[in-house]
Amino acid sequence: MEFTELLLNALLAGIMLGGFFAALAIGLSICFGLLDTVNIAHPTIIVGAAFCTFLLNDVFGIDPIIAGILITPLFFILGLGIYSLYYQFFEKQSAEALRGLAFFFGLLFIAEVVMIMTFGVDHRLVSAPYIGNSYTAVLAGMEFAIPYRLLAAFVVASAMAIGLQLYLNKSFFGRATSAVHQDMMALSLMGVDPVMVKRVAFALGLSTCGLAGALMIIVIPIEPAVGRFFIGNVFAIVVLGGLGSISGTLIAAFILGIAESVVSTFFGPSWAPAVSFAILLGVLAFKPTGLFGSGDTR
Amino acid sequence: MRFKFEIGCVLVLLAAFIFTQSGINRFYYFAGFAILQYVMISTAWNILGGYGGYINFGTAGFLGVGSYTAVAMIEFYSAGIVEQIIVAGIIAGVIGLSIGFFTLRLKGVYFAIATLALAIVLETFVNNWDYVGGAAGVSILPPRTPELLGIAIVDRKGGAIFNNNKEFLFFLMAFLAILSVWVARTIEKGKLGRGLNAIKDNEEAAECMGVPTLRLKLTATVISGALMGMAGAVFPSYLTFVDPPTAFNLEFAINSLAMPMIGGTFTWIGPVVGSILLGTVQQVAIVTISSELNLLIIGVLLVFFVTVAPQGIVGWFMKKNK
Repeated sequence: MEFTELLLNALLAGIMLGGFFAALAIGLSICFGLLDTVNIAHPTIIVGAAFCTFLLNDVFGIDPIIAGILITPLFFILGLGIYSLYYQFFEKQSAEALRGLAFFFGLLFIAEVVMIMTFGVDHRLVSAPYIGNSYTAVLAGMEFAIPYRLLAAFVVASAMAIGLQLYLNKSFFGRATSAVHQDMMALSLMGVDPVMVKRVAFALGLSTCGLAGALMIIVIPIEPAVGRFFIGNVFAIVVLGGLGSISGTLIAAFILGIAESVVSTFFGPSWAPAVSFAILLGVLAFKPTGLFGSGDTR
Repeated sequence: MRFKFEIGCVLVLLAAFIFTQSGINRFYYFAGFAILQYVMISTAWNILGGYGGYINFGTAGFLGVGSYTAVAMIEFYSAGIVEQIIVAGIIAGVIGLSIGFFTLRLKGVYFAIATLALAIVLETFVNNWDYVGGAAGVSILPPRTPELLGIAIVDRKGGAIFNNNKEFLFFLMAFLAILSVWVARTIEKGKLGRGLNAIKDNEEAAECMGVPTLRLKLTATVISGALMGMAGAVFPSYLTFVDPPTAFNLEFAINSLAMPMIGGTFTWIGPVVGSILLGTVQQVAIVTISSELNLLIIGVLLVFFVTVAPQGIVGWFMKKNK
């Protein structure tokens, strides 16, 4: 019975963790999947949002989730700025896509160093009533425990993902974003400025960093360099889900969450980072279009 | 003259040797070693990144593999430094081959992402591998009187070529750096370099013209990875202590990318200029300001050059002279 109990608990924690991963990856899914801007600084920007949440919580005592909502517009504006730069220097000149990658890598380092110089390298936490306790239930003689912090992350992340999915599928702007992914020329012939659409869509993707950062500091203690360890996770999720598919991203996040949780439970948490890498390489080798993607990977 | 470049190489190596015999302040060895190491790493990076246009973010991973191969060989049978370098090069090359095999058929971004994740996952493996010290790191005792082909290399009491292990390793690093520059230049002038350039310009067109794109990309990845591994193999003997955060430091990744980008990626001299300039600035910055600020400088310079001056310093000068 011991084994089943452990396994079921690992599965449960994995689903919760998957929700959290979805929040981290969903913005990247828009930027990378729909717009082809490979923003490898995405996890680091999330850490930046986590520090903003920390400040709001520490100084004003604001609940981290509300703080996350409050800082979201800030990250929308940041996204507008970053995309304008990116467009000006890379897309407009149709420069090699890889130079853009180097640009984002530079941004990653600048952001990390600025955070180290501002906050130091100590681990930071936030306080909220739901952090630190667990919901426990006994079912069929087995004990289940869900930490409230993971539950909060799961609920908020799911709400965010569903909202984004609806917005992208139903609204004019969301459809324009899919259109820009499929055929930029056709969109401009319809009288829509594709650059404007891309800029706003990128900013939308980056604005998810606000809430994702709040969830990150709820789930784990953070320090400036912690973003690096999520690069493998978020890209594994986006690639596994299939480029440009929000629902695919969600499912992939749950798969990765469960896989990591099971591996941590049975082999020790220090092996967890290897899971995302194995998934990433496996997908690239055998099914580069991902589970639900139709994208062009060559 | 036909062998102008080769004669230059020998002269530089000779200068490095004289430098080791001059008994100058230890700090200059330290700074010089770091710069030479960066010449080697950024030159290696440029073989794939500069000529072929495929960005490798996993420099730290390849270096770390080299370092830990050396550590494992020392632990296993106290191998000599030359064996360590050769085996480290082979293993790093094989890792380059396997990751390239999986991802080089796809768009360049996938290779870039996979290499970045590779660095992190390799660190995880070493963290879990207690034989080489695990997360706590490991101390290396360099042999007191190493010999090479029966010649005494280092002896503190005198009588050997070098009085000090650090001097010997400095010279060795200079040799390896020059070797890498020679390899990169040979590739650039040869068929491989031309093929890689064609891939960078337009991969589909190159493929249509009969360039064996995948094979060339894999060859470049293996050579580049092997050189990085060889550079990493010198690390444990030089530092006498390695732990995963040092060996897999992401600083290597940004430096190996920023130095060629700043110097100029299209010719062998670009990474050399970039690493000497940036390496010197960094050594000064670390001593006088702080190591965080030093990273900030690299990040800002990288973004500046990538956006405003993508042809790098060398390209800028060449344009001016035309």
